Amino acid sequence: MIEIPHDLLAAIGGVPKPPTEVVIQATDVNKWFGRLHVLKDVSMTVKRQEVVVIIGASGSGKTTFIRCVNHLEKIQSGRIFVNGHLIGYREANGKLVEDKESNIAKQRQEIGMVFQRFNLFPHKTALENIIEAPVQVRKTPSAEATDMGKALLARVGLAAKADVYPSQLSGGQQQRVAIARALAMKPALMLFDEPTSALDPEMIGEVLEVMKELAREGMTMIVVTHEMGFAREVADRVLMMDEGQIIEEGTPEHFFTSPQHERTKSFLSKIL
Amino acid sequence: MGSVAAQRPDQKSHRQSVPRPALVRVGALLLAVLVVAGCAGTRRVSSYQYDWNIFFESVFRPSPMIVNGIWLTVSIAIVAQIIGVVLGVFAALGRMAKSLPFKLVANFYIWLFRGTPLLVQISFIYFGLGVTKLYAWPTLDILGVSIPGAIQAGIFALGVNEGAYMAEIVRAGIISIDLGQMEAAKSLGMTYALGMRRIVLPQAARVIVPPLGNEFNNMLKNTSLLVAIAVTELYVTFSYLNGSGPTSFHPFELFLAAAVWYLVLTTIWTVIQAWIESKLGKGTGRQEQIGLWDRLTGFRLGASSAGLGQAH
Repeated sequence: MIEIPHDLLAAIGGVPKPPTEVVIQATDVNKWFGRLHVLKDVSMTVKRQEVVVIIGASGSGKTTFIRCVNHLEKIQSGRIFVNGHLIGYREANGKLVEDKESNIAKQRQEIGMVFQRFNLFPHKTALENIIEAPVQVRKTPSAEATDMGKALLARVGLAAKADVYPSQLSGGQQQRVAIARALAMKPALMLFDEPTSALDPEMIGEVLEVMKELAREGMTMIVVTHEMGFAREVADRVLMMDEGQIIEEGTPEHFFTSPQHERTKSFLSKIL
Repeated sequence: MGSVAAQRPDQKSHRQSVPRPALVRVGALLLAVLVVAGCAGTRRVSSYQYDWNIFFESVFRPSPMIVNGIWLTVSIAIVAQIIGVVLGVFAALGRMAKSLPFKLVANFYIWLFRGTPLLVQISFIYFGLGVTKLYAWPTLDILGVSIPGAIQAGIFALGVNEGAYMAEIVRAGIISIDLGQMEAAKSLGMTYALGMRRIVLPQAARVIVPPLGNEFNNMLKNTSLLVAIAVTELYVTFSYLNGSGPTSFHPFELFLAAAVWYLVLTTIWTVIQAWIESKLGKGTGRQEQIGLWDRLTGFRLGASSAGLGQAH
């Protein structure tokens, strides 16, 4: 293959996404809840600026998996690396030993997470929700954090809601604040755990719009969702999980046109 | 406490006909008590000579001795309650800790101090530790104020005892907060301690304050148990006045006056508690507050707009 100089490519506007830089590398991840084997040898990689959508029935392990990526759940075997750092553990004599809490906290600063139930801090205004972690964790001066917070609120279309408490916001607005809150830590990647499942139908669009914008700006994302329209529009890859395993992987088009696995076909027929 | 049912606007006019100021009502209540007491006195043909001057002097023109007793009661109660809250938070966190030693220490502490009488704890801590010289409770000078050993021991005993009760109140507050709050805090890079301090405990405080109000109310009155170690707080002062000097053997007037003073202190606390709760209510969408009169009496006669303030 002919090597084209990178700046030349850039000049003609044809720089592809940097294809090789791996952000998430998971290998043979296993997790049990008691006797229930919820993740079975799950392996996957996500490259920088990639958007990966995980679909699957409830109980298939998709939410559990992305919770393992920022160590909200422990794993029993396997490795998850984010930006080359082993998440949540250190290796001692070939065994996984849970890492120090302060190290785990540091790793999580690079990993934004958006929850199904928003989990905004109800005793803080929208703006206070956003600047809490930058000020308390990153020690950003509060004036600087406030400016950034207001810019983030504007970005998710809620500039007017800075001083409003979460209880006074609609579900869609709360979720957009939650996205802004995660972005305030300037994460290297974002995890979305069914971000629209708790929303009324008419509010789903506004949240997806913010997420699409993020994807277009080049954010690396893993999104657990049933929104196939979103997947079709922005996902680079779709993973289908079933009973703790990734059973099928491909482009969104592949899932729309020629899904292979029986479980995938029956699942898609229910949600499309 | 009064019902928290939503206030209906159509009842407002009716409520406004009820006189508001709490003082008028407290005065009326007091008068009724005196009348009943007076009747009882005449019917039973007692030889007891009422000297109402002693009562009114003690309440409206308290001697420096009484003022000192009040001051001691209030300051001991406040310091002991603060110690109790701090110990309670740590004991609650200890109980919920994953590590077994923390759990054991916290459980032992709570078991010990809730399982033995406060009066025994006070006496043991002051006399028991003192006589064996395990700790002799020497007078300490703090910020130029000389604090006798008995007062230190009293504060210590009340505070440590209180912590054992506060532990369960704090724990109830913490477990009432959705687990997603700590997860969100952690996902933003906070440690457990920071998430607890910035996110969970401030929310738990809203749940903790009402029972904390009960606790401090009890604390104000429990200071009277320090009679056991001769701390001259409010009760001991009146007890002393009853035992010697020009006011001796006027227990009716003196202890009635003491009761009035305790009522004044607990009433002031009720007002402060209402203010704290209205401050903590922000962002909850639960703006309705229980009116002051309702708080004082437990009845919901007055309107709930006693000026306690809306959060925003």
